[in-house]
Formats: sequence, C-alpha cells, structure tokens
Amino acid sequence: MTLTSDTAPAVPEALRTDPDLAVQLLRLGDDALVLGQRLCQWITRAPTIEEDLALSNIALDLVGHARTLLTLAGRRDGTGRTEDDLAFTRSDREFTNALLTELPNGDFAVTVARQLAYTHYAVLYYEALAGCADPEPAGFGARAAKEVAFHRLHADNWTLRLGLGTPESARRMQAGLDRVWPYTAELFDEDDVLRRLVAAGTVPSPGPLRTLWEQEVTDVVTRAGLTVPAPGWEARGGRTGLHTEEFGPLVAELQSVHRQFPGGTW
Amino acid sequence: MSAQQATAGAPTTERDEMEELQAHFDALIAAGETIEPRDWMPDGYRRMLLRQLAQHAHSEIIGMQPEGAWLTRAPSLHRKSVLIAKVQDEAGHGLYLYSAAETLGVDRADLLDALHRGQQRFAATFNHPALTWADTGAVAWLTDGAAVINQAPMTRISYGPYARAMRRVCLEEAFHVREGYDLMRALCEGTEEQKRMAQDAVDRWWLPAVALMFGPPDTTTGGADARTAAIGASVSRRAMAWGIKRHTNDELRQRFVDAVVPQAERLGLTLPDPAIRWNEERGHYDFTPVDWEVYRRALGENTHWARQRVAHRRAAHEDGAWVREAAAAYAAREEAAGRTEEHA
Repeated sequence: MTLTSDTAPAVPEALRTDPDLAVQLLRLGDDALVLGQRLCQWITRAPTIEEDLALSNIALDLVGHARTLLTLAGRRDGTGRTEDDLAFTRSDREFTNALLTELPNGDFAVTVARQLAYTHYAVLYYEALAGCADPEPAGFGARAAKEVAFHRLHADNWTLRLGLGTPESARRMQAGLDRVWPYTAELFDEDDVLRRLVAAGTVPSPGPLRTLWEQEVTDVVTRAGLTVPAPGWEARGGRTGLHTEEFGPLVAELQSVHRQFPGGTW
Repeated sequence: MSAQQATAGAPTTERDEMEELQAHFDALIAAGETIEPRDWMPDGYRRMLLRQLAQHAHSEIIGMQPEGAWLTRAPSLHRKSVLIAKVQDEAGHGLYLYSAAETLGVDRADLLDALHRGQQRFAATFNHPALTWADTGAVAWLTDGAAVINQAPMTRISYGPYARAMRRVCLEEAFHVREGYDLMRALCEGTEEQKRMAQDAVDRWWLPAVALMFGPPDTTTGGADARTAAIGASVSRRAMAWGIKRHTNDELRQRFVDAVVPQAERLGLTLPDPAIRWNEERGHYDFTPVDWEVYRRALGENTHWARQRVAHRRAAHEDGAWVREAAAAYAAREEAAGRTEEHA
C-alpha cells in the first residue's frame, strides 16, 4: 500500500521535488493521521461491538491514507523523510491538519458530526484529486475516495438514526453539529500555496467544493430532522500549525513510545 | 382410575422418546457429525456449550482492552495499522461467538449483562496489565499463540455453529501470532533498551499464558494431586465424550511449551522458568508443572486490573445506552414505514 523508495520506479520528470505539493500532501496526511488517532481513542469504548468494529475499520483506512500521503510528502519536499519521521518526530507546531480533525471525541454524536463534516469534504476533494495530472496524488485520490465513501455512508446513517431516534439523541446530535460546525470552514481555505498549485494545474483547491459540500450535508442534516448551524464564528489555525490546547496531549501520546527509544527500530 | 392409568402410561412414552433422542444424539457424536441448533441435545451439553461460548466471547471482548490501550501509542504507522487490525479482529471474533451462543436460545444483550454484573467470566489472562509497548507483542505471540494451540482442535468441536466460528477465528489468530513474533523480533534486533523491554514483557506474560490459557491442571503428570486430577479428568472426560473437548489441558499446555521454547531461543529471549529443558526420553520440553498453587498465583483475581476490565466494559456500555436506544427507535420507525435500513 505504502509507496516506498526502494519499490518505486525511477522518478519521471513530472514527479520531481515540489515543495508546494508536499505542503498540500502533508496537510491531507495530517488530517487523516490525526482523525485516525482520535478514532483509535474510541476503540473498546463504542456503544456497541459493531461500532467498535466500524470505528476501527475507519481508523485503519485513515492511518493507511496517512501513510501514503506522508510518504509522498517526504519524497516531494526533497527531504526524503519517511512516514514515521513525519508522524513521530515533528513538533505540535509542525502539524498542519485542520482543527476539525483534532477536536476531542466528545460523546458519540460529536464524533458522528465530525465524521459527517470530514467525510463529505474528503470524498469531494479526493475525487477532484483523482483527476489531477500528477499520477501519484491522482492514484491515491481515486482509491481513497472509494474508501471514504463508505465512511460517509456510516456518518450519514448515524446522523439519521440519532436525529430521528429519541428526543435525547436528537438533542445530542444537534449539539454535536453545533459543536463542530465552526471548524468546517478551514477545510475549504485557500492560501498562496494552493493558489500556486491550482495555477500550475498540479492539484485542485478545496475552495470551490464548499458549495457542493454544504448542499450534501444540508440534505443529510435536514432529512435527520436537524438544523444546519447558522454561519457565524469560524475557527482557523491548524493549516499554519496553530492548534487547540487539546492537540498537545494527542501528539504527545502518539509519539510517546517512538520518542522514548531513540534510534529504535520497530 | 383411568386418569391414573393414562398418567402412568405417559412417562413410559416420554422416556422412550427421550431414549430415542439421546440415541440419535449419541450416534451423531459417535459418527463425528455436528450437532446443529435445531437438533435435540442433552441439557448438560447445552449448558456446557453455553458456558464455554459465553466465556470465550467475553474473553475476546475484554481481550481488546490491554492491546487497545496501545493503539494511540504504537511507535510506527505500520505497527499501528497491524494493531488496529488485530483489535478489530477480536471484536469480530466476539461477534461470531455471541452469534453462535445465540443459536442456543440466549440473547447477546443478556450475556453482556451477565459479564457486566460479574456473573460470567472471561479469560483470567486479561486480569494482567499491558504495561509497555512490548506487552502488545508478548500478548500476541504468547497469549494468542496459546489460544491457537488451544483452539485449533475446536474447529472440530461437535456443535456446528461453534466449529464454524472457530475456523474463522483460528485463521485470524494464527496471523496475530506471526505479527506478535515479528514485533518481538524487531525489538530484539533493536537497541539494548528495546531488548530489555521485550524481555520484561516476556517475564510478565509467560505465566499468564502457560498457566491460564489452558485451564487448571487436569492430570497428575501436569502437577495436580490425585484428587484434583480425578475431578479435572471427570470434567474433561465428559467434555470429550460430547466432542466439546479433544485433549486434556495439560496435553495442550505441553504442546504450547514445545512450540514456544525454540521460538524464544531464536529471538534470544529467556522464558522465566529455570526448569525448562529438553527431555530426550519424553521427546518434550520439561517445565515447572502448573499445579494448583501456580495456577492460583497466575489468576490475578481480585486485583485492580481484574476489576478495571469489567468496569471499562460497563462504562462503555452505559455511556452508549442512549445510542442503542436511538438506533432501536429509529429501526422501529423505519420498519413501521415499511423501509429496511440501508440508506444511500
């Protein structure tokens, strides 16, 4: 699954070092890694054994996406850092995941709301990525979009179950949506890096996907008898390494064993 | 008078019928055929199966905890993926086994309640804590290794749904053992600190694996005194006659020791039992017998961790009650509307 340098064919002209592309690949990889890490915290604590299975399945896919994306990022930024170098030896401030993905799990409804927002975004973006000229991100996008489509189905179904289930579940699901919604805008932010990538025709920007994303999630939320939170305060910072206070402990836990044994091989 | 005659006659017919059913059951067992959910079975057989299935299913679910605690700390993304897949497999095994138990007319929810109330047990191996990353390797290599040896004969257990579940379980468990061995190998080929961590984990997980995964001693050669061996043997005999068990606990324990000692040597790890040595005459490795004293010492009952495992499970169950209620209400609502769940 992971592309490693010893199995990869000789690098064609199109796959040369591209720092901008590496930045974008790292952002996507960090999103997947951090969200996967949060979902790992659910395992053995889910409401049913079926959900322990489902959430671990999704976490496994996300960690797989992170491995491919971080490997590509390390190759395209010219440093040759491996997936593990990037996952386990960067400081908190060097992670560029969107704040949405690091939000604490909260109750099951908060997790479902976070999944709903992320999966609809990720499918749209990965599908767009599948159409880009560079074969590595394109190949990844095509494969990952299919996997995240299953995660999206899982999130849609739970949004409906909780929204239409009991008064308590509806209240919690609405609270979950209200909790995560301010963090969704950052997913679609465009900065100079993305503008240059788009201008060069390397990879698409998520910016233009926001309208379609809003239509999709509004449809699910409305069918669930719930209300899409009104536009308001929008949280930002993750893409530039300015994270929430809850992020430090997440990274510390992620890296604890790796950092405890310098020079270790695993 | 005539009523008395009628009732006097009834038991004879019932008894004939019972004898016929019992004879049919015995013939199926003798022929090595499987007993299926709709077949008649003796109450004792059903009780023994249910007890074993429930304990087995609970062990898979509780067994997710010691390793699950390391999912967020796995030191490489490769190992993280492997560990997620393993813990996920265990959840799946729990589901197969609860489903097999349900074919005997019980409800999974009731079995889980019994676990949460402390009325049904799980493998005491998991009363022990996973203290370092190397523990995840030692658990997979030794505990799952013991499970494979214990469970391989269970793919031929006489109850069909259980046997079929075990075929899937064993395939996956064998993979876990290889991954566990590979994890330990990486540590043993690593830094001095990593090697020390690996040895420490083996020191702590050897006894729970060798003592607890095979059950108490049930032969005098295994270290039981004559009286307890006789009790153990009578239980084993009954389970064997019914095709629920195929080997004594001590036979399987020996098989495990014989398999693991050469693996430990290859890894350069020392199993914490000075009595381990090859016995040319027996063609087996000798080891310290797991007598009742050793067994009881290994149980770890009434410890912080024995309580914590059930408390963790119960907390997850209680925290998720509102989610299960919502799912049930939603399913009922969909059913009333004539829709089956599975949206696009």
